[in-house]
Amino acid sequence: MTGKNRVWATAAFAGVIAVASVTVSNAYHQQLLTIIGIHTLLALGLNMLMGYAGQISLGHAAFYGLGAYGTGILTTHYGWSPWAAFPVVLTAAGWLAYVIGRPTLKLSGYYLAMGTLGLGIIAHVIFREWDSMTGGASGMVGIPPLQVGGTVLSLGRSGMILVWVTVLTAFFLCSRLVDSRIGRALRALGDSQGAAAACGIDTGRLKAVIFSFSAVLAALAGFLYAHLVGFISPSSFDFLMSIRMVTMVVIGGMASIWGSLFGASVITMLPEWLHVFSDYEMTVYGLVLMVVMIFLPQGLTRGMLDAVERVRREG
Amino acid sequence: MLTIRNLRGGYGRIEVLHGVSLSVRPGEVVALVGANGAGKSTLLKAVSGLLPQWTGEILFEGRELSGRKPPEIVSMGVGLVPEGRWIFPPLSVLDNLRLGAYLRLRRGDKQGVEEELQRVYELFPILAERRNQPAGTLSGGEQQMLAIGRALMTRPRLLLLDEPTTGLAPLLVEKIFQIIARLRDEGLTFLLVEQNAQGALALADRGYVLETGRMVLQGRARDLLEDQEVKRAYLGRDYKEFVEGRA
Repeated sequence: MTGKNRVWATAAFAGVIAVASVTVSNAYHQQLLTIIGIHTLLALGLNMLMGYAGQISLGHAAFYGLGAYGTGILTTHYGWSPWAAFPVVLTAAGWLAYVIGRPTLKLSGYYLAMGTLGLGIIAHVIFREWDSMTGGASGMVGIPPLQVGGTVLSLGRSGMILVWVTVLTAFFLCSRLVDSRIGRALRALGDSQGAAAACGIDTGRLKAVIFSFSAVLAALAGFLYAHLVGFISPSSFDFLMSIRMVTMVVIGGMASIWGSLFGASVITMLPEWLHVFSDYEMTVYGLVLMVVMIFLPQGLTRGMLDAVERVRREG
Repeated sequence: MLTIRNLRGGYGRIEVLHGVSLSVRPGEVVALVGANGAGKSTLLKAVSGLLPQWTGEILFEGRELSGRKPPEIVSMGVGLVPEGRWIFPPLSVLDNLRLGAYLRLRRGDKQGVEEELQRVYELFPILAERRNQPAGTLSGGEQQMLAIGRALMTRPRLLLLDEPTTGLAPLLVEKIFQIIARLRDEGLTFLLVEQNAQGALALADRGYVLETGRMVLQGRARDLLEDQEVKRAYLGRDYKEFVEGRA
């Protein structure tokens, strides 16, 4: 996408968000859109790592959970204001990722995937077993909602707007990042590490930095989730969630910012649409994913763009 | 400018270089020739920091390179044009070139980078023409030019070239060698690794012959070119008949 197209696309996206925030008044739809927004943040962060740096994290739910539990613990047990907890949990996630990423990303290959796999499992065990802090398997309740001025932002219209404004900001940041010197270096990295090093790129450090960035986005999503829903439990941050995040990125399209939006939407909506199949829901779910991967191996975004291009050429 | 003393190194337990010494003086083109598997590329990797383990001594402008990582070595002024052209196919020609200037752009030297870019375009007009095309769509020769251009963007004082003419048509080989000669005249120093020993030695000031990890011959390029041993070993056993038979 050229710069001009991207500006238009972002403007159009902002327009859609503005219109939706006024017109969508069904509580169920508002909730669904809020969750899609949160998932988009997750997919976006992971996509920067997978699509651009060519690395996989199989434990990204750990950072998502760190954001949610971190702010949950600080606000309910220690009485912090959510806004004070906000920078703390984001920084913690960023640092944790950097510390894990620095040694594992020095090596080429999928060491990060193995490292994060372990991290995800450890984090989930902590969320589930540390009863006194996390509430254990039954979860944490009573996480205070966010407040701006006198307005309470909660699940509903205000929460939906908050999430989507955050998504829009993250989109803007990521597209700037992709077009920058760093973004170019990231794409080079995904392509060939040796050649990137020959250009003077510190490949290990750069990968750790982008991993850290993606962890911060995941923690941000967790922070929003905790305060908007007000209740968190370990099952939202388990291994399956990590895999769902990877699926969102792959289905939506790697190395595509818009792909994150599509992937998150599809993976979030699909179970809702498939309720009609009742007992066969999961079978059909798996089938849909397989069909997409077989016929649109580069993901929905690329696949749809190609289809449009084909129609235009033939028509 | 570059001094290598008793360099030993390889991959894992396999030692490829068994104590190699070499030097490059400022303004020279030094050719390093030898057959496949002699260790030529390994030597370049060691100099540019891409070889994880080696012993011995490598000095660039008097500074020890041991323990330094590639980015640092690049910023010291050592550029590498890797074997097999290692460009980034999905990225545009312009983006490939900008990547070469990665470290300088980080320092915010936008204007210097722009000037360098114009210089590269002037050296290789075809790259200017194709600046917005994905690099993967270029021909082999153009990709080689891009790889050289990208290395020039790091603004090296010493350029390491790893088999820049492999797989290119004779006309393009000629062109690449002309460019090297021109850059040398402008003051750049080269360490040129080639399997095309004849072409490389014709261009170079001095030459080294590497054989299975040991330096077997060294001297003025002109002398090496005349050396019967070199001819037999590296220009092909039937070199004489071949050339004269056709001539």
